[in-house]
Amino acid sequence: MGVAIIEASMTKFGQRDAWICELLAEAGKECMADSSVDPDDVEHLYVSNMASGEFEGRTGVMNALAHDLGVMPAYSERVDQTSSSGGAGMYEAWQSVASGASDMTLLVGGEKMTHRTTPESTDVIASITHPVEYKHGLTLPSFAGLTARHYLERFDAPRESLARVAVKNHENGVDNPNAQFQKEITIETALESPVVADPLRLYDFCPITDGSAAMVFTTEERAAQLTDDYVVVSGIGGATDTHVVHERDDPTIMGGVVESSKRAYEMAGLGPDDLDVAELHDMFTILEFLQLEGIGVAEQGTAWELAMDGDTAKDGELPINTSGGLKSKGHPLGASGVAQGVEVFEQLVGEAGPRQVEADIGLACNVGGFGNCVITTIMEATQ
Amino acid sequence: MSFDAHQCPNGHVTYPGHPLCPECGEHQTETIDLSERSGEVVTWTTSTATPPGVREPNTLAIVEFDVAGTFVRAVGQVTTEDVETGDIVEPVYVEELRDPEAGIKEPESHEWDGYRFEPV
Repeated sequence: MGVAIIEASMTKFGQRDAWICELLAEAGKECMADSSVDPDDVEHLYVSNMASGEFEGRTGVMNALAHDLGVMPAYSERVDQTSSSGGAGMYEAWQSVASGASDMTLLVGGEKMTHRTTPESTDVIASITHPVEYKHGLTLPSFAGLTARHYLERFDAPRESLARVAVKNHENGVDNPNAQFQKEITIETALESPVVADPLRLYDFCPITDGSAAMVFTTEERAAQLTDDYVVVSGIGGATDTHVVHERDDPTIMGGVVESSKRAYEMAGLGPDDLDVAELHDMFTILEFLQLEGIGVAEQGTAWELAMDGDTAKDGELPINTSGGLKSKGHPLGASGVAQGVEVFEQLVGEAGPRQVEADIGLACNVGGFGNCVITTIMEATQ
Repeated sequence: MSFDAHQCPNGHVTYPGHPLCPECGEHQTETIDLSERSGEVVTWTTSTATPPGVREPNTLAIVEFDVAGTFVRAVGQVTTEDVETGDIVEPVYVEELRDPEAGIKEPESHEWDGYRFEPV
């Protein structure tokens, strides 16, 4: 059964006073209102969230949200796939409609993080690592430092190429009213910012963020009856790589990105050359290169050239992270994959305002851990 | 204490061990102690934003060991910030790599001792 997305919306990302259930309700309520879907129509509700228990001591958020939005007795489920919980939620929502189990599915992703200190949040996220990694104090940023050094040394890539990713995504974020940062930065600022995980510096990293995002999934047939502005999920794939990061054959190849995008391309009958726009999981600048190579847009060891040449800028050959990416928009873990979908949706239906590019086919790649779990989704415009 | 890599009957070696060999699915039946061997630094980083209970700064490296022609990698803390890719390092035993009480983990659920890498 063809699956369509008929509405997508997100809250303001940043440091918010609201707690997790309020954030989820804010995005869910707005998305249902904008889509004119009645709560009684919702048959499945998925809530993407990594760690509401660990961050806030709040569990059972899918039930809380179902009650807050009045969608009972819909089937409800919380989806945790760490940083790719949002993408995994898109997979679950797609599957619920594709299988015929649900005619109308609401997906809401969210996370509340900023009330914790940076070391505490870093530790919650680092708890996904293997015990032999955790006991040494490995964190996600330190995996990025290890990988970035290897990439730069092996492929003789300039350090400036990573800074250019940060500069580009900050520039894009200026036009996104929901982004945590709406501020341009210079290459010098990025290169001179404090070291976080050598050779990476502060501006190579996304911030810690509160926020929520939501989407409504239904059948293509029903979508066509309800609205003119919908997109079709033409391909989606998920894949898992090793838990222990150093056990991967090649530290610069994200196997989960390669496999999940291969599955999504096969399902859609498309390839990397067909893409008009993409949202990649730039939790760290180096990840934008590894994903561009993993999804087949660039050969291994060459994605840095695209950043240097401006090919991934908004006016480039393939605009990447027109939303500002995680780097500028922010990264509320469970919300991020859904928010990537929100941006691709808005680009395809022509609602991206000053961020708008010419796009009929868009891709979102949501990465959990350091590439441990990955979901790639391809969406197509219908108009 | 030993620094054990694990081997299956088909000769695949991993660190750490797994219930089944990730390569072929066989049970891992042998252990190879890496603590008396030297390895080569594949890459390294110095982390300055460390979680509770972790030393700051925390220099970390991925190190590759040659075990009879099979390469196996391990990750861990380095004894110094003065390290480069390609350096030869040796494991040095440390009783407590981070404070078990400070982080999110239940202290009893983990082992906290292990090996740091020291450039030779």
